[in-house]
Amino acid sequence: MYVAVKGGERAIDNAHDWLAEERRGDTSIAELSIAQIREQLSLAVNRVMAEGSLYDPDLAALAIKQSRGDLIEAIFLIRAYRTTLPRIGHSTPVDTGAMACDRRISATFKDAPGGQVLGPTFDYTHRLLDFKLAAEGEVPEAATGEAQERDMPRITDFLNREGLIQDEVRSDETPPDMTRQPMDYPANRALRLQALTRGDEGFVLGMAYSTQRGYGRNHPFVGELRIGTVAVEMDIPELGFAIDIGEITLTECETVNQFMGSKTEPPQFTRGYGLTFGQTERKAISMALVDRALRWKELGEDNEGAPAQDEEFVLSHADNIQATGFLEHIKLPHYVDFQSELELIRKVRAEAMAHQHKEAAE
Amino acid sequence: MSDYNFAYLDEQTKRMIRRAILKGIAVPGYQVPFASREMPMPYGWGTGGVQVTAACLTPEDTLKVIDQGADDTTNAVSIRKFFEKTADVATTEHTDKASVIQTRHRIPEAPLTSDQILVYQVPIPEPLRFLEPRETETRKMHALEEYGLMHVKLYEDIARHGNIATAYAYPVKVEGRYVMDPSPIPKFDNPKLESPAIQLFGAGREQRIYAIPPHTKVVSLDFEDYPFDPSKADHPCDLCGASHTYLDEVITDDAGGRMFVCSDTDYCASRQAQGHRGRLSPKETAA
Repeated sequence: MYVAVKGGERAIDNAHDWLAEERRGDTSIAELSIAQIREQLSLAVNRVMAEGSLYDPDLAALAIKQSRGDLIEAIFLIRAYRTTLPRIGHSTPVDTGAMACDRRISATFKDAPGGQVLGPTFDYTHRLLDFKLAAEGEVPEAATGEAQERDMPRITDFLNREGLIQDEVRSDETPPDMTRQPMDYPANRALRLQALTRGDEGFVLGMAYSTQRGYGRNHPFVGELRIGTVAVEMDIPELGFAIDIGEITLTECETVNQFMGSKTEPPQFTRGYGLTFGQTERKAISMALVDRALRWKELGEDNEGAPAQDEEFVLSHADNIQATGFLEHIKLPHYVDFQSELELIRKVRAEAMAHQHKEAAE
Repeated sequence: MSDYNFAYLDEQTKRMIRRAILKGIAVPGYQVPFASREMPMPYGWGTGGVQVTAACLTPEDTLKVIDQGADDTTNAVSIRKFFEKTADVATTEHTDKASVIQTRHRIPEAPLTSDQILVYQVPIPEPLRFLEPRETETRKMHALEEYGLMHVKLYEDIARHGNIATAYAYPVKVEGRYVMDPSPIPKFDNPKLESPAIQLFGAGREQRIYAIPPHTKVVSLDFEDYPFDPSKADHPCDLCGASHTYLDEVITDDAGGRMFVCSDTDYCASRQAQGHRGRLSPKETAA
């Protein structure tokens, strides 16, 4: 005898308890601390901060621990928490030109004032598993040198001086805030950059890669990639001037894109721009390529119909919290709709079969 | 739970949502963009409905949450718990006791009254979306009342299958103006869209709210020679004997055995309490 399924509530509670147990794993193994995650899984922490749109390494580490290392789940936890925070005010724009760089490279010049600084990069490591890490050995201390307090002027400024690169028009217009206003198309560049910087790393990477393979090719060079800390300043009305309220790590990428000119623009180099929280350079470079692809209209280029040129397509599908939510919701019960489909298919099928029989009989 | 504001959202956000709701009620069937917030449950799991409910709730309200017509489906339980925790409102499973009902995929069988608000969870608010994927285009089509594409689709269904091949989320025209997606309710429920209750639709991920004010004319799209048919499984309920309700088909064994029961669990239970019996009801024990 069928009894209407009761007990959804108990099932949920039990599932949550089981989940908590699985998260902890074997209790004979020491538990991870938030500080360990923050210090030793820092690139995961950075990604969660970048896509969660909240700069707080401790909270990001907590989210990673709580989500059992599922980074999209961790990003979701951060986003949901972020929504509940009050807006105290806005910082002044950060000056990435004055960044204290850990890493700064240019692919367009052999050397430049400020120099090439490789910094802590995987770039030239051989991807060989390091079994010493499995033995939990101590890492030999890295060599140190004197800190060099050099200015690191922007590479693109050199090109700008010659008028060889398209100039970014300065604007004091308040940028729209996609977390406070519904998305509206066409979006301006500020809004596009917001959507890209919090967009899914994999999605933005895939879009950027598609431009490199010819779907809206835009000939990018990494003009400059810099990673380091910048001061965050805020105007305090009571003081009447801006003060430092903290320091954040950012990754900034400016691409220099070859451009032969269009109906409206002379031949010159053009730019793509990426700026992300933390050390997240794959994302920042991807963002710059997609940004450039989306600028076809303003530069008078042809729309080739490439996916990466399609603003509505890119921006409405970049957010992994939206995407994963909608994708995974098909796990929820849909039996009412399915029943409706079932009745329809039975009806249409019966009619089609009857028709076939009739034809066969004739 | 004192860490969060009443019904989770802060007052400014609720105000913004209420403005969108009022605009929606003023322009029946029109999709009002709103700055949907990130909620602590995933997009696609009712975040739009939850935000609309949060904006409507007062401490005196009694809330009912259903999914697939049932109060005890997992996500309905989860959303009801969320409001018990964040708003501390009374909850009920009885349709007639509720002042606010949040639903996914069904309209309750019992007629609603003018004291009630029905909040729908909406996945894709745009009825034209699967005919034209671009928002920029569909907004234009609504503005120009250009619904030819939808009629062509329905016509092609009939030409190909002999029937309109839409069984749920069946498009309607509201007050003779906007074509609207009634959310994925079975078409059986469409006639109930004309109601004395306020009906609000929330799509969180897609950032849209729309509404059907009380007693608004809602017409399911059809043709004179192919009139709209709100069909359902051709059986009575096996538990309460009702032949006028929407039924779930439940597989009971691996030999093709099945039973049909009301999808609205509260309606079915109250009919059984009134003494109605179906094919598989437990036999009356002799008094």
